[in-house]
Amino acid sequence: MIQAIAFYLFAAMVILSGALTITSRNPVHSVLWLILAFFNAAGLMLLVGAEFIAMLLVIVYVGAVAVLFLFVVMMLDVDFATMRAGFARYAVIGLAFAVALAAEIVIAIGAWSAGGLKLDQRIAPMPVDNTSNIQAIGNLLYSRYLYVFEGAGLVLLVAMIGAIVLTHRARGGVKGQKISRQVARRPQDATRNTRPAVGQGVEL
Amino acid sequence: MIGLTHYLVVAAILFAMGVMGLIANRKNLIIMLMAIELILLAVNLNLVAFSAYLHDLVGQVFAMFVLTVAAGEAAIGLAILVIYFRGRGTISVDDPSRMKG
Repeated sequence: MIQAIAFYLFAAMVILSGALTITSRNPVHSVLWLILAFFNAAGLMLLVGAEFIAMLLVIVYVGAVAVLFLFVVMMLDVDFATMRAGFARYAVIGLAFAVALAAEIVIAIGAWSAGGLKLDQRIAPMPVDNTSNIQAIGNLLYSRYLYVFEGAGLVLLVAMIGAIVLTHRARGGVKGQKISRQVARRPQDATRNTRPAVGQGVEL
Repeated sequence: MIGLTHYLVVAAILFAMGVMGLIANRKNLIIMLMAIELILLAVNLNLVAFSAYLHDLVGQVFAMFVLTVAAGEAAIGLAILVIYFRGRGTISVDDPSRMKG
């Protein structure tokens, strides 16, 4: 009973916040609704026992991606009122398209649950003993999917380098620290010993 | 009782909503990127639901890879958005062919 209540609560909230994400007038509100959608999707995943993915969703999506969105929304100085032009016209097309798509998927789900396919070939069965979800995923990830995992790391590295290369610009007139020159500087180059006559001082 | 079908329907609605956001917000690239995130979230929900239904962990592992790609896509997309805005002063996608070269 409590599972059903939790499921309907999370499902209703994720759909509601998804709808508000794409229809909000202010992009900052959109990002905040997106964060709520992520939280509720994490709740949905938690209900079926996928605790690691749920945690990952909260940490990666809410902690990194949504904050990145928020950062960019606040950094760009855009007049968001003019962005709404043409929304109503496109929304009609989009709504028709989305309703058709959702109906098709739901019909497909209905046909599938009526018993169309046999899907019983498990590649990595869930452990029957009381191994935790995180431990089971870790065992799988670092053995069978090791190379795919490394590939995922490579994707992130390329994304990071790409983002830096795309947005980096060298600005003139900025005083920076050149560590190599600091390290290469020797006492012989920087100081000298003189023997001035008494009362005459030193010329620099 | 909550079954797999419930999860699939929720994910289908979320997916369609993301597609609608992609079509309806033609003037605002940021919302379009968020709609893509919604679509990927729906896919992840499907993967996890099937993983639980089939008692097969591979779905959760692949949900993790989808998450990775989504994070990279958001970073690159927002970087392109920033330089696009710097060059043009708008984030409308009406004239994207300007980006080439």
